Amino acid sequence: MSIRINVTVNGVAFSHEVEPRLLLVNYLRDVLRLTGTHVGCDTSSCGACTIHVNGKATKSCTMLAVQADGCEITTIEGIAPSDDELHPLQEGFRECHGLQCGFCTPGMIMTAADILQNNPNPSEEEIRVGLEGNFCRCTGYHNIVKSVQYAAHKMKEVTV
Amino acid sequence: MIPVAFDYQRAVTVDEAIAALSSGDGKILAGGHSLLPAMKLRLNQPAKLVDISKIDALKGIKEEDGEIVIGAGTTHGTIASDDLIKSKLPFFATAAALIGDVQVRNHGTIGGSLAHADPAADWGALVLAADAAIITKGSSGSRRVAAVDFFQGLFTTALEDGEIITEVRIPVPAEGTKTSYQKFSQPASRFAIVGCAIMKKADGKINIAFTGVGEVPFRDSAAESAASIEAAVTAAAEGITVMSDHFASEEYRKHLAKVYLRKALEAVA
Repeated sequence: MSIRINVTVNGVAFSHEVEPRLLLVNYLRDVLRLTGTHVGCDTSSCGACTIHVNGKATKSCTMLAVQADGCEITTIEGIAPSDDELHPLQEGFRECHGLQCGFCTPGMIMTAADILQNNPNPSEEEIRVGLEGNFCRCTGYHNIVKSVQYAAHKMKEVTV
Repeated sequence: MIPVAFDYQRAVTVDEAIAALSSGDGKILAGGHSLLPAMKLRLNQPAKLVDISKIDALKGIKEEDGEIVIGAGTTHGTIASDDLIKSKLPFFATAAALIGDVQVRNHGTIGGSLAHADPAADWGALVLAADAAIITKGSSGSRRVAAVDFFQGLFTTALEDGEIITEVRIPVPAEGTKTSYQKFSQPASRFAIVGCAIMKKADGKINIAFTGVGEVPFRDSAAESAASIEAAVTAAAEGITVMSDHFASEEYRKHLAKVYLRKALEAVA
C-alpha cells in the first residue's frame, strides 16, 4: 500500500507516494536528500534526528512520513535566514566550540531553537534540562550550553 | 530499523476510528511514541494502523460537570503547561513535565500512555491517586472505567477489542486539597523506577499510588490507612510482587518506594 502525502519542508511544498512504514527521517534523508538530519540511535533516545513539525521539536525517527501529511517541517537546512547567513544558534555553536565531531549538532540546534522559542531567556539549568533528549558524546555539554546562551543573547539584540 | 509493512488509515472522527478498528488486526496510532519503537523492534506487528492524531475532538482540557476532562489525544507537553491543570491538579503538570524529553512530550499522549500500560509509565499512579475515570468508546457505546479497575496486568488494561480511550475525567479537587508526584527516573529513558503520586484531601484522607514498583500501578491501601508518615513508609509496597531488573533490584526498588513516599508525604504535610 502507498499513500500520497503533501508536506512543506523548509518552505518548499512536496508531494510523494510513500509506504506507510517509511519513517519521516528516511523520507527527509532518502527521498528529499536532506541529509543534515541524522539517524543516531534510531530508538528516540539520542535526539540526532530532531526536526520541527508544525514548529515543535520532534524526533523524526519516531514518526511516520504519513503522519506528517499536511504539516510544515523545518530541518537544519532550513533554519538559517539565507544562504550566506547563519542562524544565531549555528553561529553560537561555531563561536563557542559547541561541537567536536558534529554528529549531534543538527539535533541540538533544532531542540535549542524550540527551547528559545518558548523561553527566550533560559537559565543554564533550563537549557540543560531542555536538552535532556539530545546526547553528545564529545563535548561534555558545557560548550553546547554556552552556544545556546550565545544565541539567546544574540537573538535578544536582534529583536531589540 | 524498519517496521513490518502495514496498512494505514487516518480517522478524522472517533466513530470512523472505531469502524476502522472493527475489521482486521488493527492498532491505534496516537502520538506513536510507545507503539512505533515497539514496531521498529518488531515486537509488535499490527496489520493496520488507525491514526487518530488528527481527531480534534480527542484533544484539549476543560472543566465540565464538576470534573476536569482531559482528551485522550492531549500531549504530555500540553498538560504540563495548561493553566487549569496547574491550578486544579498541579501534580498532573509536575508528572507531565517529567515524562521523556521535550520532543517526546510534544507528541506522546495521555490516552496512548494509559492504553499501552507500561508498568513504569507515570500516568498510572496519577489517575489512581486522583480517583480518575477512563472513558472508552467502542461499537457498542461508551463505558466509564474507574482507574482502579483499568490496569489489569503487565501491558494489559480493561480496554476491550475495538475500543479506544476518549477521555480521562478527574473529579475537581475540593479547596484545600494538596497533591505531590515524586519520581526517581531511569537516567536514560526517564521512565519511572519509582513514581509516587499522592492526593491529600481537605478532610485529611490521603490517596497513595505507585508506578514502576509492581507489574501494574496500584493504590497502596496499607500505606493510606497508616496513622503517621513513619507508619505509612513502613507499610508501603509490602505484600506485592516488586519488579527487579538490571537497573534496580527488588530490594532497592522497594527501598526507593518508601523513600519517595516519604518525600511525597512531607511535600503535602
